[in-house]
Amino acid sequence: METAAGVDACLPIRSDMDLVWVRQHVRQAAGLLGFGLVEQTKLVTAASELARNTLVHGGGGRMETAGLTNGHTRGLRLTFSDEGPGIPDLERALGDGYTSGDGLGMGLGGARRLVHEFAVDSTPGVGTKVTVVSWADRSPRPRGEF
Amino acid sequence: MNHDLSGPVTGHVPVLRLGDVLLVTLQGDLHDSTAQQLQQDIGETVAGTGVSGLVIDISGVEMVDSFLGRVLAEIAARASLLAARTVVAGMRPAVAITLVELGLTLPGLRTALSTEVAMDLLAGSDPASRSGGPRQESR
Ligand SMILES: Nc1ncnc2c1ncn2[C@@H]1O[C@H](COP(=O)(O)OP(=O)(O)OP(=O)(O)O)[C@@H](O)[C@H]1O
Ligand SMILES: [Mg+2]
Repeated sequence: METAAGVDACLPIRSDMDLVWVRQHVRQAAGLLGFGLVEQTKLVTAASELARNTLVHGGGGRMETAGLTNGHTRGLRLTFSDEGPGIPDLERALGDGYTSGDGLGMGLGGARRLVHEFAVDSTPGVGTKVTVVSWADRSPRPRGEF
Repeated sequence: MNHDLSGPVTGHVPVLRLGDVLLVTLQGDLHDSTAQQLQQDIGETVAGTGVSGLVIDISGVEMVDSFLGRVLAEIAARASLLAARTVVAGMRPAVAITLVELGLTLPGLRTALSTEVAMDLLAGSDPASRSGGPRQESR
C-alpha cells in the first residue's frame, strides 16, 4: 500500500513554536492515515508531551514521522530524539508523578498509555530516543516491530 | 447582562466581562508562552475587576496536554484565592477521553458542558460552598 503524501517528515524541536508544528503535523498525518478523532487526539497529545520533554529535558532535538502499514491497517510511527543528558532511572521516570523539574510528572507515563506501542532508548550522557506507534484501527491490535 | 466588548484582550484570546463573570475563550493551538502569559493576565484581570466567577471556554481547543492542564488548574487556584470560582466549559469529548488516559485528573477544576451551563452554575451555586477566599463575595 502506498504511504499518503505528507506523512513522512523530520521536524526540529527547538522552541515552543516547534511544539505547535509538531502537533499540527501529527494531527494532519494521522488524519491522512484515517485515524478517528479520538485516536488522533490521543496521538497528538502524546506527541505534545514527548516533544516537550525533548525540548525541556533533552535540550532540543527532532521528531521523525513515518507512515506504516500492517495488512489493511495504517499506522504512524513517531520518533523523538535528542542528545541531552539521558534518563538515568527509566522506571522511575515512567511512573506517574515523578519529575526532575517542576512538571506534574505525567508526560512520559501518560504518553505511554495514549499510544499502542512505546519504547524508550536512553543513555546517560548520550541522549534519549522515544519511539511510539499508533494504528488507525485498534482491533485487531497489531504487535509489529518498530 | 453587561457585555463589555472593550474589555481586556490577551493576545488573540478574547476576554469578555459578563456582569460578575469573566468569560475567557481559548481557541486553537496555544504556544506554551501564550498559555503562561494568559495565566498571568487572567489572574491580574480577576484581581482588578473583582469578578466572582471565571468561565474558561475550551470548546475550540483540540488538545489539552499536561502543560495546558496545569495552566488551567493554576488559573483556577489563583482565582480561588481571589474569591472567584472557575468553571471550564465545553471540553470536547475526545479531549476529555484523552485527559483521563493521560492520567490528568485536574482536581479543583469544575467543568460544564457549555458556557451557558457554566454561567448558570456560577449564578446558582451555593455561596457557602467551594473557595473560601479572603474577600466577601457580593452578587
Ligand atoms: N528527553 C528526555 N531527556 C532527559 N530526561 C527526560 C526526557 N524525557 C523525560 N525525562 C525525565 O523523565 C522525567 C519524567 O518525565 P515526564 O514527562 O513524565 O514529567 P515532566 O516532564 O517532569 O513533567 P510533565 O510532563 O508532567 O510536565 C522528567 O522529569 C525528566 O527527568
Ligand atoms: Mg514532560
